[in-house]
Amino acid sequence: MAKFKKKKDGGLPPVNTAALPDIVFMLLFFFMVATEMRPNTLKIANVLPVANQVEKLDKKNPISYIYIGKPSDNYASKFGTEARIQLNDDFADVQEVIPFINQERAALREELIPFLTVSLKVDRKSNMGIVGDVKQELRKANALKINYTTGTGDVSANEE
Amino acid sequence: MAKREAPEVNAGSMADIAFLLLIFFLVTTTIPKDSGISRKLPPIDPNETTPPIIRQKNIFTVLINGRNQLMVEDELMEIKDLRAAAVEFLDNGGDGTCTFCQGKKDPESSDNPDIAVISLKNDRETSYATYISVQNELVAAYNELRNRRALEIGPQYGFPNMDFISMQARLSDVRWSGNTTKLKEVIQQIQLEIPQKLSEVSQ
Repeated sequence: MAKFKKKKDGGLPPVNTAALPDIVFMLLFFFMVATEMRPNTLKIANVLPVANQVEKLDKKNPISYIYIGKPSDNYASKFGTEARIQLNDDFADVQEVIPFINQERAALREELIPFLTVSLKVDRKSNMGIVGDVKQELRKANALKINYTTGTGDVSANEE
Repeated sequence: MAKREAPEVNAGSMADIAFLLLIFFLVTTTIPKDSGISRKLPPIDPNETTPPIIRQKNIFTVLINGRNQLMVEDELMEIKDLRAAAVEFLDNGGDGTCTFCQGKKDPESSDNPDIAVISLKNDRETSYATYISVQNELVAAYNELRNRRALEIGPQYGFPNMDFISMQARLSDVRWSGNTTKLKEVIQQIQLEIPQKLSEVSQ
């Protein structure tokens, strides 16, 4: 019995924190895989409506984004409360849509230009007036493939 | 002599590095929302030829006013009834030329889905959410008819039990190993028989 050392009394062993970075790395890998770099910072409120006859946008084809909505709170003082268009990172007017499309086309390879899809990300509360103007400008620029980007869900959720 | 135990490496700093990277990714990325209703706009015709004369019965008028009210063929209607009304219109087969229509054959409604036109008009004050709901219901009506037709003619080409939407999904799926030429043929035939003639009148 003299060979056995007496156990220390009182004092708990320190918690082993070796597993903590493992947990954090798991979260990190999830975010690295499931998300994409944010293409533009939105200066407008952009809650999309829902629809159920949706198709996934084919990422292999080039896509350009046009955002429409009310300016978000910190920009409301300077830019008002009417729905506005945002192209790339800044507010824009309806006349700037055609130069924007030409710019996007200039950055593409020749054979991909007819596959350019314009994704319209419009806030659900905007009015059709400005959307109609943008569609007319797109027709003039011959950018005819458009996609009304929406979430997936039942359409009755759109009425509020 | 007793060997000294190697001291444990402090893992606290590894967690700090990991948290830094995690916060960076949380802030700069979004979960992408890239689904939506695809449409093709009509090209602008510089020399406006007069539109082809279509008999009034082959046109299904849908109007949305500034207060988000729906008027279909000159009657008020709720959005939830729009899909059934559109299917009834397209599927009518008024003059008997349509071999697959199962509708009522009403002489006042459309003759054949390939000449039937749905015309949509909205106001500048219509809300976008209502517009999307209406577009959704109209596209749903076309898809319903196309799905039914795909189940009818699919077996002849070797694709039993596949509706139109699954046909399109399989065509764009790189992992599907069936016969893509035949699948394209079926899809094109259905698209010719039931074309999406959805015309939007400018405000």
